[in-house]
Amino acid sequence: MDTLIHIENITKVYEMGMEKVHALRGVSINIHKNEYVAIMGPSGSGKSTLMNILGCLDTPTSGLYLFNGTNVGEMDDNELAEIRNREIGFVFQTFNLLPRSTSLHNVELPLIYAGVSAAERRKKAEEAMRSVGLGDRMTHKPNQLSGGQRQRVAIARALVNHPSIILADEPTGNLDSKIGEEIMQLFSRLHDEGHTIILVTHEEYIAEHAHRIVRLFDGGIASDEIIDRQ
Amino acid sequence: MLKWYELKEGIRFAFSSIKANKMRSVLTTLGVVIGIVTVTLMATVIEGLDRALKNSVQALGSDVIYVSKWDWFSDTYWKARNRKIITLDQARKLKERMTTAAAVVPSAGTWQRTVKFGSNSVKCNIEGTTEEYLKVTGVVPERGRFFNALEVEHARPVCVLGHDVADKLFPNLDPIGRTVKISGKAFRVIGVWEKEGDMLGSSFFSKDSQVYIPLLVHLKMYGSRQSIEIAVKAADPDNKLETKIELIGLFRKIRHVKPGQDNDFGINEQDFLTKTFDSVVNVIAIIGFIITSLSLLVGGVGIMNIMFVSVKERTREIGIRKAIGAKRRTILGQFLIEAAAICTMGGLIGLGLSFVSSLIINEILPSVMPLWVVVLSITISIAIGLIAGFLPAFTAARLDPVEALRYE
Repeated sequence: MDTLIHIENITKVYEMGMEKVHALRGVSINIHKNEYVAIMGPSGSGKSTLMNILGCLDTPTSGLYLFNGTNVGEMDDNELAEIRNREIGFVFQTFNLLPRSTSLHNVELPLIYAGVSAAERRKKAEEAMRSVGLGDRMTHKPNQLSGGQRQRVAIARALVNHPSIILADEPTGNLDSKIGEEIMQLFSRLHDEGHTIILVTHEEYIAEHAHRIVRLFDGGIASDEIIDRQ
Repeated sequence: MLKWYELKEGIRFAFSSIKANKMRSVLTTLGVVIGIVTVTLMATVIEGLDRALKNSVQALGSDVIYVSKWDWFSDTYWKARNRKIITLDQARKLKERMTTAAAVVPSAGTWQRTVKFGSNSVKCNIEGTTEEYLKVTGVVPERGRFFNALEVEHARPVCVLGHDVADKLFPNLDPIGRTVKISGKAFRVIGVWEKEGDMLGSSFFSKDSQVYIPLLVHLKMYGSRQSIEIAVKAADPDNKLETKIELIGLFRKIRHVKPGQDNDFGINEQDFLTKTFDSVVNVIAIIGFIITSLSLLVGGVGIMNIMFVSVKERTREIGIRKAIGAKRRTILGQFLIEAAAICTMGGLIGLGLSFVSSLIINEILPSVMPLWVVVLSITISIAIGLIAGFLPAFTAARLDPVEALRYE
């Protein structure tokens, strides 16, 4: 199996005034292509920090991070931005769409930063929107969409550049349970279609949609188990 | 630097952001609008002033040297007052001896004499000169003709009227051939000058309120003790200096000025006037520019302030963009474009306002907004936007994406 993500002994230390906060204390994980991993843990376990590092939004204080064989730790700002653009699709708890743009334009955004031509962009964005079931909502602005629809737009945006991994941070946190379940069904479908999904959550029943659960506690890995499914 | 698509996207977002905060954008541009209006109007007015001043002395001719007892511009009034008069004889000698002059024309003038036709009467300045006067500036009478050599030689009582004089004396008739009384003496009108307009802001010195008669008649009527003024036109218009040097040398001899002594006559040229205007106008322009630049500075500060607010407001949005892959220079470019767009809008509005104002001003002081002012204004607007917007944009570009995404 291809190893997409290889993390070895990652630490992250923050300086808060005079105090040092050890958010991660030597975490090592391998994540392979087409895995569906849930990262769980209580508040303060370091799961958000780990997610930020996995998503190349933040750099570790020490340790090795190989993404698709490339050493991310040695990359500069621009290179990290490029990786985020091409390889990683973020889905946030609060959706994080641009409020003044249409949903189609929101989905086009990663393509704009990738330098794709206008015509090509439009085509790909429309395709992505259709794949999440929002083909008829392209000209709507986020405030004209329901919470579930907004998250779908965010997922379409995450998919549009055909990233290597989808990184979802509490994707159903702001949705009611029924809509939340619909979103989780969408993720399962994406996984079946071959995507690699990393989910960060503190809800057990959400994590159970994944195939592998990594539990963090106090900045370190408490357990890492594959779930048996029928 | 920025790629084309990033630029287009930046402009797109700049305008959507400006549109979303219409009131705020308008108030922000106000400083720039006012700055541009003041700068452009000032430049337009000064240009008009400069042109008006230069036009008003056009009639003097740029290749003509005027020899006179008096100096036009100087603080040597006391010196000039005691100079001996210039006589017709001296003028004749000069004319004979000059080799680099296209014309040497003596004239004499008196002020405010009464000229009558029928029941109409007007006070004007009477100029006496020779038929060669036409060569001095090349202007010819609009109607009729100027004196000829015979009329000058034999001191015939003929006259050429200034435009305004003709209008006042002959409101409904053609003056040519009619007889007017100048200081009681009868003269036949043979020509009328075309309208010259004011000189130096007054019609006193322009032909419009003058009447021209042959020189010998003038001397007979108003006394031969008047000082003659001699207009010398350079043979080569590009080499007035040569003519000037020859003129001064010859005239000094004619008037027996000893070597080492100052000239006992005045040498006056249109140049003096235009140079004086230039230096005065330049000083006005520099001061005006400094003052109006201050208002542009204020406008720029306003832009910088609002851009900082805008960046702060959109911290989350910046975080999202970075998470999706926007590089620092993309964020920098986006906010720079927004600042430049607001400023350019302000500049264009300012240009529009000042253009309308300049049309109104044109009624009082003929002036046209010069093209260079338009180009300069737009360039300055964009420049202010880029400079004022730089610091805020730089701050935005350096935001940490994780922190930014957490911002409420």
